[in-house]
Order: sequence, then structure tokens, then C-alpha cells
Amino acid sequence: MIKQEHSTLLIRILSILSPLSLLVLWEIMARFHIIDTRLLSSPSLILHAFIPLLLSGELLYNTAVSVQRVLWGFLAGSIPGILLGISMGLSPLVRSAFEPMIAATYPIPKLALMPLILLLFGLGETSKIFTIAIGVFYLVVINTMAGVLSIDKIYLDVAQNFGANRKNFYLTVALPGALPMIFAGLKLGMGMALILIVAAELSAAKAGVGWMIWRAYDMFDIEQMFIALITLSILGYIFSLLLDRLENWVLPWKRQT
Amino acid sequence: MAYERESISVTALNKTFHTNSGQVTALKDISLSIGDGEFFCIVGPSGCGKTTLLRILAGLENFSSGIISIKSTNKDRPINSMVFQEQSIFPWMTVIDNVSYGLRMRGITKKERYQIAQHYIEMIGLSKFMHAYPSQLSGGMKQRVSVARAFANDPEILLMDEPFGALDEQNRILLQQELLRIWEAARKTTVFITHSIDEALCLGDRIMVMSAHPGMVKTILDVDLPRPRNISAIRTSLQYNHLFQTIWLTLRDEVINNKNSLSI
Repeated sequence: MIKQEHSTLLIRILSILSPLSLLVLWEIMARFHIIDTRLLSSPSLILHAFIPLLLSGELLYNTAVSVQRVLWGFLAGSIPGILLGISMGLSPLVRSAFEPMIAATYPIPKLALMPLILLLFGLGETSKIFTIAIGVFYLVVINTMAGVLSIDKIYLDVAQNFGANRKNFYLTVALPGALPMIFAGLKLGMGMALILIVAAELSAAKAGVGWMIWRAYDMFDIEQMFIALITLSILGYIFSLLLDRLENWVLPWKRQT
Repeated sequence: MAYERESISVTALNKTFHTNSGQVTALKDISLSIGDGEFFCIVGPSGCGKTTLLRILAGLENFSSGIISIKSTNKDRPINSMVFQEQSIFPWMTVIDNVSYGLRMRGITKKERYQIAQHYIEMIGLSKFMHAYPSQLSGGMKQRVSVARAFANDPEILLMDEPFGALDEQNRILLQQELLRIWEAARKTTVFITHSIDEALCLGDRIMVMSAHPGMVKTILDVDLPRPRNISAIRTSLQYNHLFQTIWLTLRDEVINNKNSLSI
């Protein structure tokens, strides 16, 4: 018992101490000119650049633009992904109609589709949202289908024996049974969305966190680039926290195990 | 044993499977008649097709030839509800939602179905776990919920496929006693499958012994033990011992024959 308490405390200290000491090390190396601050900056320089960027509202504005794109893209990809994934899981007919197509197109890097998407949807918001949606869609549809297929057959027998109709097969068995896997897909999809937002904002964007990174590159403003990167990592953390919350709320039966 | 009305009638039922190595006859020429309010047990060696027979009665599997008729007394009442052998209550629903599942499928309002479910949850002694999820329940409690779900649906007939087969001895006896109590109050036509002669004798009004390869009716025996029954009292009775012996001798031949035919 005592040994265990000791180690959990140690783990907690370590998990705070190690990133903190990394920051300190970074700062020291910058101060003593061991690293080139023009390329790698330093925590104090980044903090110094951060304050005006925050006060002017520029950072918040760009963050809001990106968040909006990510959310719309996420919804536009995950909702059709869940619906099609459940249908594919339940019906062998739907599965055989869509599975080869999905399997064949899934390996295409979504970034490789960007030029085509730009030609199809133009330079506006639609092309950025669509790029994210497509990346999210694949991960969600594949995970949802796998989730439905992994439901123990006994539950389908029970539903049939107790007279469930088509709607009830979806709502009382397939959807709740696949939810843990659906959430796994959503979390992967969220990570993918953050990767794609930066790429999507590379071409023909006038705002956004991804755009900030590319502008900082053009202007050789290393501090701004680090601030945008940190913003992305904080966004990723907040999104995964929100998804965890949502999962806990939607899956009370998993929480209590 | 004579029943005033017949509930289930099966005539010349056959079931064949097609496998890679040819046709397999799972059930051959099964004919039986089960009375209204009868507790009918089926025992047989593994592989005799008893679960297949039950799944056919449940409408979960089709058959090759024969006639099955199950009497319907009220068109709003479902024909059958099944208690499955394995863990079959939905992990994503609370106990009360599981017990009222059949009623929900029939479109009964939440208030009404909860009222009915509550009654059965009290009968199985799980009132404290009404809103708990299955992950918080033991194996015995889960099977109780499964039994309550079938009773709450109020079907014409109850079908039970070795519902207590996976439980430990102590829990099994407890659940058998509870099932007797609930069943003796409801007197619903029940077909109960088991591989345990003891279980069949403790619960059933009649016992059908099946033979394997192909699954056929070997014999049907009456169990003239008075109700309400007490499991420990039954086990010490002369009648119990006599019937146990008869069934065992029938089954033993069956098992030995099977072994010989397989080792050729």
C-alpha cells in the first residue's frame, strides 16, 4: 500500500516536472547561445510575442476561424460516416455495395485530394470543410462498421425474439452496441481533422491557425509559428477532452464498469 | 398426463443442414404435444439438436418439413419469449430497461411498461438494482434479469435454453427454486432445455428424452411430483430416484451408442 502511494505521487510529480524541466532547459540553452534563437526561439521570446497577439484579438480570431472549419468538417464527415457504417454493419447487401469502394479509396492520402477539391469547390470555405470531412468520414465509417460487426450475435437474436422492427434494430442494438467503437473512430477523426486543417489553410486561406503557421514561415516569424503550434496542441487537447466528456455522458454503462 | 387444451403441437418435424461434407439430419420426425400451462423439459446428450428444436419453436431458425402450431389466445400477446443460455441482457440498458424491452418493442408506454417490469424485478429480488447496468451484476443476477424479461413480456409460451447452465451449483439451485415460485404463480406453458436430469426432474411436469444423430424423441415421461415444489424435498423422494434411474439408463445407452458410432 505505502509503496503504491509513493509511486503514484512520484508519477504525478514526474508528469509535471519533465515538461517543465524541458522548458527550463530550452530557455537556458537559448540564453547561453547553445541553440540559435532565430530558428528555435526560446520560451521567454515566445511569451513576449504572445501577449500582443492575444491582446490584439488576432490569435483568438484565427483560432475561431479554424475551430469553425474543424467543427463543420467534423460533423459533415462523422454523421454520414456513422449512418453508413451502421447500415454496412447490419446489412450484408449494403456492405458488399460500399466496402470495396471504401477499401480502395481509403489508402489515398487525403492531402493528395486537395488540388482536386480546390478545383471542384473553389477557394472558399467549402473546400476546406470538405477536405476535413473526407478525412473524418473514412475513419468513422470503418470504425462504426467494425463496431456493429463486433456486436455479439446473441443481442440480434434477442431483438428478433422480442419483436424489434427495423428502426429498433438500429436504435436499441446496433447504435448502442457500436458506440464504443464509434467513439474510437471519432477520436481518430478529430486528430485527422487537426492535421488536415493546417494543410487546408495552406492554400488560399486568409485566416486560421494553419494560415498563421504558413504566414509566419513566409515572414520568418518563428515566435508566431510556435504560438500557432501551441494553439493547435491546446485545441487538440480540448477537443479530445470534450469527446471524452461526451463519451462518458453517452456511454454510462461503460463508465460504471 | 392430460391437459384440457393444447398449447404447442409439433408434427413430423424434420431439420437438415447442408454442410461441406453433405447433408446432416439434425432433427428427425419430431412429434409432440404440449398442454396449456405445462412445464415441459427436454433432456438429451449434447449434439442431439435440443437447442435447434427450441430455436425453431422461437422462430429464430427455419425447418425442413413438418407442422408447428402454437395456440394464440390473444392477438396482442406475443407468441414466445426466450431465455437464452448465454449472457443475453443488453449491457447498454439498465435492469429495468432490459426487463421492459419486449413491452417497449410492442409500443407500450414507458409508465406502463416500467410498472410491469418493476413487479417482476421485485419478484426476482433485484429492486435495489433496478437502475443498475449489467456490468454491476453477477452472473446469477444477469440470468434472473433474463428470466424476468421473458415473464414480463407475457407471451403465450416461454422457451428456456439451459438458462442456468453456466451458473455454479449454489446459484443454480437458488434460481431453480425462484423459477419454480414465479412459474407456479403464472403457470405459463414452458419448454425448458437442459442436460441435467436433476434439473428436469425438479422443474418439469413431463420430460422428453432425446437421442442424438439424428435428434429424435426417445421417450416422454410424466413427473408426478406435487406442486408447489421444494427442490430439497423432491430430491429425497422415492419418485425422484426412480425417475432419475429410468432417464439415466435411457441416456446412458444413448451416450455409449454415440461414442461407439463415432469411434468406428
